[in-house]
Formats: sequence, structure tokens, C-alpha cells
Amino acid sequence: MNRILFREQLSDTVFLMRLEAPLIAQERRAGQFIILQVDHHFGERIPLTIADADPVEGSITIVFQAVGRTTRQLALLGEGDHVEALVGPLGSPTHIEYFGSVVCVGGGIGVAPLHPIAQALKAAGNHLTIIMGARGRELLILERQMAAIADELVVCTDDGSAGRKALVTEPLKEVCAREPKPGLAVAIGPPLMMKFCAEATRPFGVPTVVSLNTIMVDGTGMCGGCRVTVGNETKFVCVDGPEFDGHRVDFDNMISRLSAYRRQEAAHSCKLEEAR
Amino acid sequence: MSAALSPKERLAIPPQPMPEQDPFARRANMEEVALGYTPEQARLEAERCLQCRNAPCIAGCPVAIDIPGFVGAIADGDNQRAIGIIKQSSLLPAVCGRVCPQETQCQAPCTVGKALKSTGKAVAIGRLERYVADWERENGLVDTPAVKPATGKRVGIVGTGPAGLTVAADVRREGHEVVLFEAFHKPGGVMVYGIPEFRLPKRIVQQEIDALLAMGCRLETNFVIGRTRKITDLLEKDGFHALFIGTGAGLPRFMNIEGENLVGVYSANEYLTRSNLMRAYDRDRAATPIFESEKVAVLGGGNVAMDAARTAVRLGAREVHLIYRRTEVEMPARVEEVHHAKEEGIAFHLLQNPKRILADERGWVCGIECLKYELGEPDASGRRRPVAIPGSEFEIEVDTVIVAIGNDSNPLIRQTTPGLETNRWGNIVVDEAGKSSLDRIYAGGDIVLGAATVILAMGEGRRAARSINAMLAAEA
Ligand SMILES: Cc1cc2nc3c(=O)[nH]c(=O)nc-3n(C[C@H](O)[C@H](O)[C@H](O)COP(=O)(O)OP(=O)(O)OC[C@H]3O[C@@H](n4cnc5c(N)ncnc54)[C@H](O)[C@@H]3O)c2cc1C
Ligand code: SF4
Ligand code: FES
Repeated sequence: MNRILFREQLSDTVFLMRLEAPLIAQERRAGQFIILQVDHHFGERIPLTIADADPVEGSITIVFQAVGRTTRQLALLGEGDHVEALVGPLGSPTHIEYFGSVVCVGGGIGVAPLHPIAQALKAAGNHLTIIMGARGRELLILERQMAAIADELVVCTDDGSAGRKALVTEPLKEVCAREPKPGLAVAIGPPLMMKFCAEATRPFGVPTVVSLNTIMVDGTGMCGGCRVTVGNETKFVCVDGPEFDGHRVDFDNMISRLSAYRRQEAAHSCKLEEAR
Repeated sequence: MSAALSPKERLAIPPQPMPEQDPFARRANMEEVALGYTPEQARLEAERCLQCRNAPCIAGCPVAIDIPGFVGAIADGDNQRAIGIIKQSSLLPAVCGRVCPQETQCQAPCTVGKALKSTGKAVAIGRLERYVADWERENGLVDTPAVKPATGKRVGIVGTGPAGLTVAADVRREGHEVVLFEAFHKPGGVMVYGIPEFRLPKRIVQQEIDALLAMGCRLETNFVIGRTRKITDLLEKDGFHALFIGTGAGLPRFMNIEGENLVGVYSANEYLTRSNLMRAYDRDRAATPIFESEKVAVLGGGNVAMDAARTAVRLGAREVHLIYRRTEVEMPARVEEVHHAKEEGIAFHLLQNPKRILADERGWVCGIECLKYELGEPDASGRRRPVAIPGSEFEIEVDTVIVAIGNDSNPLIRQTTPGLETNRWGNIVVDEAGKSSLDRIYAGGDIVLGAATVILAMGEGRRAARSINAMLAAEA
């Protein structure tokens, strides 16, 4: 179970893996995620969005950036290796319907979870504008796959090494200013990017869905560690989300909660480095 | 030999104290606090029992263990007979001996306690139960129960807490195929993720799981019913003839006060899961982090609150404040836990309640503002209701707040199982046989009762198992 069927390095720190998970592949819908544990004795449980699934092969695809302790451990595994625990599909699926035209914004690694959602929105007949952003060319992922489903694809980089030299909010505002304006915006990426995307669409009144990646433990609503403030209400990202109305999410609170263990993570990396 | 003692002589035997780790030493380790009776202590304690003909203790036990029977066997030095008697009624004696609220169950009506005018001086039934269960385990005498020939029927059990484990054992014995589904990567439910090692060592729960596996039960961990597979799929597609839902009360309640989502505020479920299940207390080896708290406030007065407070002490907090709205008499926690918590230096703030949690400029907890309360008029339950004293606000400086005010039931199964009747708290409604509103689906434990106890979960499990076995036998 949970065998790694395929592994590809997409950039310096970004990896794609296809994992054997027949039941999850069958059940999952766009927007859902899994919780994974490399080692179930002392390992931590981390959430990763399902980027794609193949019910025939019985596999799911994940894309991750090797930045934390567990993702770095995961990146060291190869084809044929196993992860010890894989749970899912978790979270509520994306609400898919015909909105007319939809603008999807993916930042950095956020392009991976955006892909299945964009695919489903396209299949529902929407006109799809996809905006992809990254710091530089080498961090752009899945450009080909996105190009294949987009009616219009805009690539931006912070340093101008590919596409437009701009932040994703720039083209996003332009798309929102069109007539008729998009029926929906979907933004997935780093928290700050989602915050600014929500700010960008707000004046245009374009409903904006964001997908939140908070710290999780169980992923089933049992601990509340994943909670966020949405319009003055507390919501559990793992069951009420991961998608929420971006105009109502308290991003500042969410961003500070994400930093809760930074000190411990840093201390751990030092120890890892020393051990080498 | 015990028959030789007169009731007066029995009442004169001093209650045997439980050997315990020194409070100072145990603040720095996760090892079990209560060390267990010596054989000599167990015999002396057992000899205190008067063998009452009416045995009021049995009526106080939720599963009606023959208490004078097993206590008498210990007094006779026949541990084997003692454990046999307990096991006729209880499947988890090593667990229940440790965590049951004996002072409000079997020990409350005990004649010895009454005669000596103190429940605390009742026969220590729980400690004796633990003693024989440990004796059996430590001497390698636990037998794998016999399993009848295969019936070809499949029973699925959702959740591996005490309710689910009990059903598994009772149903498997009849020769039915049993598959246990557990959302977490380890089985055991609250006994593993909630109750800490210093109160219930994990190896004791593991032994119960190993026994089920030895009986041929199958265990599917990392399997969330309602997500990985739905209840209806199990019945309609996967060939299960009956299901038992024992998913517990795993939805943490919050206070809905200002500041509850700040960095440093935990539900007790999260705090305890990180420390116990994810082993965050083992800082060098575990990947799961937990706050390195200096000053902690725990909100609540039940077992969960005590466990969280005492865990915080062991994780290195210098100050732990337990804040509870009523007085100590009303605390739902076991008396022993309250006693241990005090010994370990936890500061009790009674008749106080938080008003809001205070943040520093980064959005991290830096304090908690509380209100003082006084006891007012009795409420519907007859308890005097605490009322806030206006203007009594004061602050305590803390960097961590743990909310331990209770749990509701997780809605996942309810939401994904059409026709499954639940009450207004979201608990599954069952009949006297433990059956839900849907055919072939039974339920028990906290998902039916609301957050309750291990022994009640086990009792409900036994009842449902009897009904499942009867239903399957009638169809054979
Ligand atoms: C910290 C703490 C301390 C406690 N102390 C005591 C004590 O001292 N004495 C006492 O008697 N009681 C105590 N209790 C209460 C006692 O633990 C519970 O009443 C008892 O465990 C309930 O048993 P259960 O089998 O109903 O459910 P649980 O033990 O809650 O087990 C339910 C299991 O189901 C799993 N599950 C949930 N949903 C799904 C799903 N959809 N699919 C698959 N699996 C699922 C969960 O992961 C869990 O493992 C305590 C509780 C807590 C939280
Ligand atoms: S009530 Fe107390 S003394 Fe009487 S039988 Fe029960 S345990 Fe023994
Ligand atoms: S991760 Fe525990 S409730 Fe969401």
C-alpha cells in the first residue's frame, strides 16, 4: 500500500509523485486533500492537496515543495518506496458549476492544487482564464498542463524571467475589469498572495474562492488546530474547507497561526544539519 | 483464611495507599504515576471487604461486575479466579481499573466507606481490579479467546475506542469476520490519543489490540468512514452484514470568546493528540512540534482538563493555572486526578471564568482576562449556578491557553449517511438493542451518549454485540 509509483523533480525544491491509493483515487473530487505520514512512529501528519487522480491505475498525484522536515524526508524517497500512512480524501470538494467565465490564479506550488479545480471548471463549460505566477522561471510548474485546459493563459514572474514581469494581482485586476466580469475567481498559492488576490477582486465584486493550507493534525475535525476566522466565525479548514470565501477570511490571523512552530522547525533543521 | 476475620477486624485494616511516583520526580517524566499494589497490599485491601449479601457496589458498577466475588478471590490468594470473574462482565479491566470514576460508581455505595464515613475509605475496588488485570498480563497468562467456526458473515466496526474494541471481541468470538476501521494511524481511540501515558500506559491498550488481531480481527487504519468509504458502500458494495459505529465524541468545543484563534490557543484534543499520539513530548525524535510553554492556562474541570494541565507540566511549563467556573465539588474529574494535579503544583482557580484572551503585537497569546464568580441560586439540576461578579476582571499572564470544556460529536458520518437519525446534539439515536434508525447499523459509546466514560462505552459495545450476534444467528 501507499507505494510511490512515479517520482519527478519539477524544480529545485518541487517534486511530483504518483502514489498507489486505489480507494482515494476512486472517491476523490477536485479540491480535496490527503494527510500523509512518512513514518508513523515519530512522523508528523501533513496535508497535501490531491493534484490529480487516476482511478484506473488506482493512483493519486501529489506535488510538494521540500521545505519542511517531512516534505524533505518525502523528497528523499524513490519509486517503489512506501509512505507509511495516507488518509483521504479529506475536506469538502470544490463547488463546481457553470459561472460563465472564471479566472483561476495559481502562485508557485499552488498551481498544483489549482489544476484539478481548473479542469473541473473547464469541464462544466466555463471560459477559463488561468494566471500563473512564480518568483522566477525555474519555479513555474505544470505550465504545459495548464496551457492545455486554459482558454487564455497568463504567466507572470517576479523577476521577468518568464512571461510578464508582474505580480499575479495585476492581470487579475485587468480580467476583473472586463465586461462581462468573471463569475468567479479562484486563487491558490502562498497566503499573502491569496490575501492580495482577494483584495484585488473585492472592488469588482467578483466572488473569490481561496484554498487554505493551515497546520493540521488529524484532518477530520477532531482537534481544531486547523481553525481560521472567516467573517468572525471560527471554521475548521479540514472539514469546513479547505475552500472559503476569500473576501471574508482573516488572512492576518491565519498567517500568524502558520508561524506557530517556526522556532521549533528552525531548531530541528539545525539538528538535522549537525547530524549530517 | 480470610473467613476467619470478623467484620470489626476487617474495618480495622487500614486502607492501603497506592504506591506512587514522587510528585517532584514525576513532573519531569511521562511514566505512570500510580505504580500498583504489591501482592501483600492487594491481599490486605481485599480483606477489608465485608462480602455484603446485598452488595451495593455491584449496583454501582455500570457493567455489574461481581465485586465481592472477585475481591474475595484476591483475599483467598486466587488471582486466576478473580480475573475470571471480572472478565465475565468487563473486557478491559486493566484500563477500567485505572480510569473509571470509582468514587462515583462502585465505591460510592460501599458499606466499608459508609461505616468509616468517607468514600475515600471504601474498599479500593478499582485498584484491586487493576491489580489482578496487571497480574494476569505481567505473568503472560492472558489467553486468546476461542473463536467459533467461520459463519461467513462480515461485521464492520467504525472506530477503535473502547466501544469498538469490545464489539470486535464479542462478535469475533461467534465466528463472524470482523474488520475494524480507524481514522488515525493507531487504534485505541481516546485511550491512545487523549489519555496520557502517565495515567494509562499505551502498552496496555496495545495488548488489547494484539489480542483482537490474534483472534483474527482485521484492522484498517488511516481509513475514514464517510470519506475513504461511506457507510452505505460498506453495506451495499463491500458485503458487510452489520456495522457498529463507535466514533466517539471528537469535536472540540470552544468558548466563543475574543482571542480564541490566537497563536498559542489549543483545544485539549489538539494539545493531547500532539503530545500522546504524535509523541511530541519526545522532542528529540518526534517530528510533530508542540509549544514550549512557560505559563499555561487550562480552561475546564474534567479529566480532559486535568490531563492537559498535567501534560503541560511535564512538557516543561513553569506555571500551570487551571481555571474552572464552579467549585471543586462540582469538578467532573476523578478525585485522584485532582489530587495528583495539585501535588504536581497546578494552581487551581475556582469560581473564575475567562472573559477574553489577550494578544501581543504578533497575534500570540500573552495573557488571559478572567472574571470572578460566586454561587447563586440553584439551577434545574439542583446545583448552585455560578454568577459573574461585575467589575471583578483581572489578568493572568500566560503564553498558552488550552480549552478543555468538552466535546461534541463529529458530524462526518451523520452528514454522509442518509436516514441515520441523530438527536439535537448530533448523537446517534439507538433503541434498547443498540440499533440505529437504519437496519444492520448499530452504535454505541460516546457517539450515542455524548462525552462519557470508558466503562459506559464498553457496556454499550457489549449490548450492541449481543444484538448483532442475535441478528446474524437468526439469519444463518
Ligand atoms: C483526555 C480525556 C481523558 C479522559 N479520561 C477518562 C477517564 O479517566 N475515565 C473514563 O472513564 N473516561 C475518560 N474519558 C472519556 C473516555 O475516553 C471516552 O468516553 C471513551 O473513550 C469513549 O469511547 P468510544 O469507543 O465511544 O470512542 P473513542 O474512544 O472516542 O474512539 C473513537 C474512535 O473512532 C475513530 N473515528 C472517529 N470517526 C471515524 C470515522 N469517520 N472513521 C473511522 N474512525 C473514526 C476515532 O479516531 C477514535 O479512534 C476521557 C476522555 C478524554 C478525551
Ligand atoms: S459494598 Fe464494599 S464491602 Fe460490600 S461487597 Fe461491595 S466492595 Fe465489599
Ligand atoms: S486538522 Fe484537526 S480539526 Fe482540522
